Amino acid sequence: MSRRLHIEVFRYNPLDPNSEPHMESFHIDEYDSMTLFIALNIIRDQHDATLQFDFCCRAGICGSCGMVINGRPGLACHTQTKDLPDHIVLHPLPVFKLIGDLSVDTGVWFRDAGKRIEAWVHNDHDEFDPMQEEARMENSLANEIFELDRCVECGCCISACGTARMRPDFLGAAAIARVARFYLDPRDERNEENYYEVIGNDQGVFGCMGLLGCEDVCPKHIPLQDQLGIMRRMLALHSVKGILPKALINKLSHKGCCHENHKG
Amino acid sequence: MQIFYTDLLCIGAGLAGERVAVEAAKAGFDATCLSIVPPRRSHSSAAQGGMQAALGNCVMGEGDSPDVHFADTVKGSDWGCDQEVARIFADTAPIVMREVAHWGVPWNRVEQGPATYYKGGKPFEAVESKEKHGLIHARAFGGTAKWRTCYTADGTGRSVLNTLDSMCLRYNVNIHDRTQAEALIHDGENCIGAIVRCLRTGELMAYFATATLIATGGYGRIYKATTNAVICDGGGQIAALETGLVPLGNMEAIQFHPTGTVPTDILVTEGCRGDGGTLLDVNEYRFMPDYEPEKAELASRDVVSRRMQEHMAKGFGVKSPYGDHLWLDIRHLGEKHITTKLREVYDICTSFLGVNPITGLIPVRPTQHYSMGGVRTDKDGAAYGLTGLFSAGEAACWDMHGFNRLGGNSLAETVVAGRYVGKKVVEFLQGHSVDFKQSALRDAHSKVESHIKRLANGSGKESAITLRDEMQDIMMDYVGIFRNGKDLQTAVDKLEELHARSMNIGLQGSAIGFNPEISLALRIPGMIKLAQCTAFGALKRTESRGAHTREDFPERNDKEWLNRTLAYWKEGDSLPTLKYEDASPYFEIPPGERGYGGGKIIKADIPAEKLRVPEAEESNNSAPADDTK
Repeated sequence: MSRRLHIEVFRYNPLDPNSEPHMESFHIDEYDSMTLFIALNIIRDQHDATLQFDFCCRAGICGSCGMVINGRPGLACHTQTKDLPDHIVLHPLPVFKLIGDLSVDTGVWFRDAGKRIEAWVHNDHDEFDPMQEEARMENSLANEIFELDRCVECGCCISACGTARMRPDFLGAAAIARVARFYLDPRDERNEENYYEVIGNDQGVFGCMGLLGCEDVCPKHIPLQDQLGIMRRMLALHSVKGILPKALINKLSHKGCCHENHKG
Repeated sequence: MQIFYTDLLCIGAGLAGERVAVEAAKAGFDATCLSIVPPRRSHSSAAQGGMQAALGNCVMGEGDSPDVHFADTVKGSDWGCDQEVARIFADTAPIVMREVAHWGVPWNRVEQGPATYYKGGKPFEAVESKEKHGLIHARAFGGTAKWRTCYTADGTGRSVLNTLDSMCLRYNVNIHDRTQAEALIHDGENCIGAIVRCLRTGELMAYFATATLIATGGYGRIYKATTNAVICDGGGQIAALETGLVPLGNMEAIQFHPTGTVPTDILVTEGCRGDGGTLLDVNEYRFMPDYEPEKAELASRDVVSRRMQEHMAKGFGVKSPYGDHLWLDIRHLGEKHITTKLREVYDICTSFLGVNPITGLIPVRPTQHYSMGGVRTDKDGAAYGLTGLFSAGEAACWDMHGFNRLGGNSLAETVVAGRYVGKKVVEFLQGHSVDFKQSALRDAHSKVESHIKRLANGSGKESAITLRDEMQDIMMDYVGIFRNGKDLQTAVDKLEELHARSMNIGLQGSAIGFNPEISLALRIPGMIKLAQCTAFGALKRTESRGAHTREDFPERNDKEWLNRTLAYWKEGDSLPTLKYEDASPYFEIPPGERGYGGGKIIKADIPAEKLRVPEAEESNNSAPADDTK
């Protein structure tokens, strides 16, 4: 126990004309149960008060602290130093706009994605009546929706995405999984045509190259690969409507896809 | 300087802030939310357990009603709450749960047929009714007569926040993230916006607003061991206090959560105990039934926390390098339950503690968790002291929690108050026009700007980091769960000294643009003031009520202390000025025994007319007919 950690941190302040991107080394003692949250705060408190990084809940729930840890995107707060070698290299997440050092602008990125996919339940025809009992739902479906609602928008999947690196307007796995969440939700009145308009293109599901780095790095273990597959199948079948016989499309669309049980 | 104009400025974009913003936006007003972090990262997202609302759908909630919920809330508050507000809350909560369901929250639902539940670690079977199949389910939480806590697995805060944030998208609420409000703009009578620091560039901006809402959550970071997120530094309460006009209510009412984990202070949900988890001591002996035979682990939080502290003081704590702790045992709930319904708990244990809760015990101890106090408002959410200033959620002292809030009531409060106060804000906006006075803007701006200049010119010698650490240690050591006059006086004296030193903070480094050190340096003097309001209020309150436990005054003293502390801070003073007001305008439920926690009560003579609901109020409050979609 009690290693001396060598933590190398990417430094760059885009607002300072004299700042050049570079790596800076810090050396600190390791304690029991140390996470990168603890380590980075020790560095800021004791070595350099100007170091920029983002933490909020420090409990893996808010998604603030995505960064590249020894070459792999992950959440710093739930990375324990004991699981890493004594030389730790930290970079900001790529793809997102750099604010400074390890801090990147995921908020604006996800807000923009949310607007593009109109990430809300579309039920304008159905006004909320405070005197009415809630619409019923199967508990298993509620669990399935929640499974996708667990996304914390940390941006790790976007940073690990080959397409996102090449194509700035690619929506990425988090946004596509969010569409899948609404597709699953019977309260959302959008039909396949509506979803097609949103992600039936190269910026959406058809841009994915299938490298699936997104699923590998997702700290919440959300089944992103399945969601991409489900959305892609749904939209591909939709695009051949009127070309393939209806019976065949029906057969294919129900094959191995639990979601078809919930939406007609 | 960039100047923004908006109808409603919400400082904070967690559940309460976004819910109020949605209400205003739906009514056609321009609403802007400021947030230190992107809204979905707000601390609301971390709330795991659920929201209390008397829907009475599940078998263990049969016979529940807003009346029962109201009674639980009043008892939980140890009669410190405003009963008029608690009544509004309990009556409105079921509607709000249905409303957010309509907007997309995937609440867990009732599944008809036999189900295995746990109480006190023992399994039992209950049959969910066919008629209720598919309606919103509920789980048990501490201090409640019925199972009433609506939940989505153990990510309730996450899923409700996602949903509200989606409504902000839908209704075009402006979100300005990475911003921090540093001061309110006011002319002594009206609050007309805020001076805001951009956390991308470090620049100051001004926001003029007809109505301003403080919804910045709690101020747990004045303590060292807190479950609160790092952004819960009381920014909103500080901005209100600094006006010298707006009082903070019941700042001494601080809740400790029984199950903060050791050493990182990350919370594991009360749902663990609600679902049947038990607390064990160093001998792996289940001790809570000895203290609380009836409720055991499910007594209210203040009681459980105190009993844990008491038991550790007797030498039954588990020794560790990080201090004594106890064990939380959920092993008997089984792998399936733990990895589905308590999944976040499972993740926290394995990722942060290196403990597998399916086979191992979880190290826990009481940890600062919730601030019952905050910006004092009337029942409409309007702050005392300034017109046009509102507050909701944990940031506010609305005051439905009194001296202890029940698990699941605060998360529900965010959206219930958000909806109720939101409607009042809309009424205010509809009937109000305001003069955006440039002079008021200049005053507020120059205060913040000169503070930043003073920090940057390098003359100050004190380190903000050192002051923060000293403040947090003082609060832990002298203003914790068990309090006494001597310790509290020590805390007040030490904090007074820190307050003086905080005028002399200097920066250690310098950076062009945004400098995180300035964020802390700007906050610390205000945080010390909040700590002092807490310590000084606790010193003066010579009784024990709810979470406020005085060893030297163990009785709940209704005769002298059935009231609410109001802390004002006059410019230039080194201590707050305390005033008091009645705890409740009337007592629908007269002060009595809570039924748990024990303790003696010194009775009050309450005039008969205060022991019933005034007729006018009865008709006012019971009609939730002001609903729109």
